[in-house]
Amino acid sequence: MVQLTFKSALSEKSESQSPRPHRSLKDLKRGEQGVIERIDLPERAARRLMELGFVPGAHVTAAHSAPGGGPTVYRVDGSEIALRKDTAGKILLSSERGHRAARK
Amino acid sequence: MALDSRAAGGVASAPQAAERRAHVTAVVGPPNSGKSTLFNRLTGLRQKVANFPGVTVEQRVGRAQLGSGREILLVDLPGIYSLDPHSEDERVTRDVLYGRMHDIARPDSILLVLDATNLGRHLVLAAPILSLGIPTLIILNMADDLRARGGSVDVEALSRQLGAPVALVSAATGENFETITRFLMSQPPAPIPVELPVLQDVPKCRAWAADIGSRACYRAPAPSVWTRRLDAVFLHPFWGPVVFGVVVVAVFQTIFSGARPLMEAAQRLVGVSGDFVANHLPESALRSLIVDGVWGGVGAVVVFLPQILLLFLFIGILEDSGYLARAALIADRTMAKIGLQGKSFIPLLSAYACAVPAILATRTIENKRDRIATILIAPFMTCSARLPVYTLVIAAFLPERPLLGPFLGTQAAAMLGLYLLGFLAAVATARILKSSVLKSERSPFVLEMPPYRRPTLRSLGLRLMDRAKVFLRRAGLVILPAAVILWCLAHFPFIDGKVPPIEQSLAGTLGRTVEPLIQPLGFNWKIGIGLITSLAAREVIVGTLGAIYGIEGDAHSTGLQRALQNDLTPAAAAALLVFFAFAMQCMSTLAVVRRETGSWRWPAMQFFYMGALAYLGALAANQGLGALLGK
Repeated sequence: MVQLTFKSALSEKSESQSPRPHRSLKDLKRGEQGVIERIDLPERAARRLMELGFVPGAHVTAAHSAPGGGPTVYRVDGSEIALRKDTAGKILLSSERGHRAARK
Repeated sequence: MALDSRAAGGVASAPQAAERRAHVTAVVGPPNSGKSTLFNRLTGLRQKVANFPGVTVEQRVGRAQLGSGREILLVDLPGIYSLDPHSEDERVTRDVLYGRMHDIARPDSILLVLDATNLGRHLVLAAPILSLGIPTLIILNMADDLRARGGSVDVEALSRQLGAPVALVSAATGENFETITRFLMSQPPAPIPVELPVLQDVPKCRAWAADIGSRACYRAPAPSVWTRRLDAVFLHPFWGPVVFGVVVVAVFQTIFSGARPLMEAAQRLVGVSGDFVANHLPESALRSLIVDGVWGGVGAVVVFLPQILLLFLFIGILEDSGYLARAALIADRTMAKIGLQGKSFIPLLSAYACAVPAILATRTIENKRDRIATILIAPFMTCSARLPVYTLVIAAFLPERPLLGPFLGTQAAAMLGLYLLGFLAAVATARILKSSVLKSERSPFVLEMPPYRRPTLRSLGLRLMDRAKVFLRRAGLVILPAAVILWCLAHFPFIDGKVPPIEQSLAGTLGRTVEPLIQPLGFNWKIGIGLITSLAAREVIVGTLGAIYGIEGDAHSTGLQRALQNDLTPAAAAALLVFFAFAMQCMSTLAVVRRETGSWRWPAMQFFYMGALAYLGALAANQGLGALLGK
């Protein structure tokens, strides 16, 4: 694993595996955390997701997935919300790397 | 029925009118905030389920138990995340709060119910609600959960920050409900204006909520240990689907075998009470109408009540406990293959008992097109009303022989085949609908996973009461008139002042009129009468045929079986089964589809589509099998 720092302005400690700039929620492995940068969906859909906690800057942790590539549960702001892969793929993470969630 | 304030609603601004009408309080909150539990605790049995005028959203109205002479009407509004509506439910909530809902006065006060264990997100809703300027009590629900998981909040500080009273309560235990009662009994002032964020800017609103929360020393509780532990099993890659399968089988098993003793008891009750009435009335046409028409017709449907209540008990437990959301998650991928989504799964499962509750259960589907598609295919699922017909015809025409050793006989296999036939028709129809008229750009599938909670007897009991009432009202409004009409058709016109033989009654004439149409299917005019009467409800055909052949109408009656063997070829019997698998013979379902979709367009389409499919399917079965069997 390589230590890379993309944005010096962000002070969070980062531990990254690959230098691809735009990962999305879909790429989070179970237990992995990320920080939302933006939502690449029409305004209405984006608003609904934001109301549920998927706002830019929010920390999101991936949890269980339904078997066979079904929707994945994400922990955000004290709630658990399930999203299908296509939606999760439109929620882009900032390149600042989230750390693995400490709590089990 | 909706609100007592109805008459005064339009002129609420006139002071004397405002005094006369009851004080209306709206219960508002996000989904999963325990809003309904709170509503149930405040109103108990003094509540009614009705529809909001003009829309299909159900509203619950109840009287608060305040212990004083004052009467408060509580309206339980559908859960919302913001005042920017996404589903029809949410639109209703917004319109009521803005006073835009026809016939419903703008509420005099609001109980805003938030989940105390999830304030980070729920507090956001306080901004749009407080900006309405209606006196509001902010209720932080689930106080017991908050404490148990080590969270805390300074209620006084929060109240100062928001400019409105705040109460930390538990709707499950009734803790601190005095505060709510006191609020409802007083003349609460409008909220003190505080600085609120721009409502359109979601991130700003959330930042505002986070700021308010931290000023009120809000400490979020640790995640629920139980929820994590249960999800480790229920959403496990292997055990999750296993549990899911077990739950589905258990629901099925309950609907079919578990309900049987109850249904038999209900049947006996109907029979005994019918005999009692028959013995206490003088021999007359009226007695025949009451005993044969009303008791026979309505009784045949009322016996399904235990089964339907059992189904709702199951669904209630699954929903209140939080498992239903997990089930929808697991089913989503499979449902996506036929163009639907996970939330369609539970309604379709319920449809195996009865399409009516299934259609009501589609309300949780936000996407309107998905919801209509689910409503349209639900009646293809083999509902319990088809069972008496299937049982009768299969028993009459298919000798029981073992197919797979002792596990599966020919009759059970035929029954399973019919289940499969209905299911395949549903899948095919869903695909057609979702790729044509109901095509929708895939709106994001968003499903909140609520923490697991223990269902309370109180809420389950209230749910069952509601459903029983709805079901019985339907029996009274649909089945009763149908039974009376059928009786009249079979008993008129009098010939020589006497009840005519069935061939010469109106029903017989009707049967003969349709005979040419159904002859290609292998049916004669007697079956024709059965088909016509079964438009009211499928199972009515058994009683009708019994009446026509002058034999006790009972699916297990050998007399009726023999009579059918005389009148139908095996190919025609198969055609009859196929016809019942596809046809939309249920007035209650059509009525409920009309109510839920808001027009006659969808139920009419459904009726003709299913009818055409039934006719063509039966035609193919009769002609194809007929050629095959050489008859």
